[in-house]
Amino acid sequence: MTRWLPFPLLTATLLAVWLILNESVSPGTIILGSVLSVGAVRVLLALDPPAGRFRRPLVALKLALVVLGDIVRSNNAVARIILHPGTKNRTSGFVRIPLDIRAPYGLAALSCIITATPGTIWVEYDSAKNTVLLHILDLVDEKVWIETIKQRYEKRLIEVFE
Amino acid sequence: MTHLAELPSWAALLTALLLLLGAALALIGSFGLLRFGSFYERIHAPTLGSTLGIGFVLIASMLFFSVLQSRPVLHEVLITALMVVTTPITLMLLARAALYRDRSEGNDDVPPSA
Repeated sequence: MTRWLPFPLLTATLLAVWLILNESVSPGTIILGSVLSVGAVRVLLALDPPAGRFRRPLVALKLALVVLGDIVRSNNAVARIILHPGTKNRTSGFVRIPLDIRAPYGLAALSCIITATPGTIWVEYDSAKNTVLLHILDLVDEKVWIETIKQRYEKRLIEVFE
Repeated sequence: MTHLAELPSWAALLTALLLLLGAALALIGSFGLLRFGSFYERIHAPTLGSTLGIGFVLIASMLFFSVLQSRPVLHEVLITALMVVTTPITLMLLARAALYRDRSEGNDDVPPSA
């Protein structure tokens, strides 16, 4: 299985992308899509991608919904900050967050979440100390942010990817 | 645009509303780019357009073409996924370049490397 079909999840995803692009589930499209996906994953192996695991799709789905809500909420918050520049007591700043997650795909997912929510930017990851430096537009309390990132996102990402 | 007359009015209104919302968010984001003071603050502003802004436009597009062709059109799902995966790369590149510059110039307002 692993020898003939490495990264089965990635292969399946690529096939799904092909089917959506073609908007068809006819046998011909599926056969061509399968051949292309298996071939593409073979080529990808040359890059020596790290191994990963993906468990608990329900937790992942829950996380996706939480993130979707956060995206809407933080869009609203950042839009307010831009449109009401009068509030001078807003401070922006850097926060260094100690992480527990080590899985490379989990970290990648966390970086996507952090950049997808306006108001937080992923600046620098330190793999030796496993910390990440964020820049936050509306920084009230560092501790609150560290707690939010760890409890809301990191805990679930560890469940899914580790 | 000759098919426009075939579109029921509820779908046309909803599409227009979603497009306006998306465009408004992109505009607010660009406005923030002008308004904020430092580089690290400015980099936050355009994410309005690249997250919820593009989201509204993509939902509008899905709605419009799905109603017009009487079948679900799903290309936009792929665009969303690719946006989510690729935006962090550019943002990290920009932020790290700025951080590197500030550190090598010895600016005090950026944290030292860990």
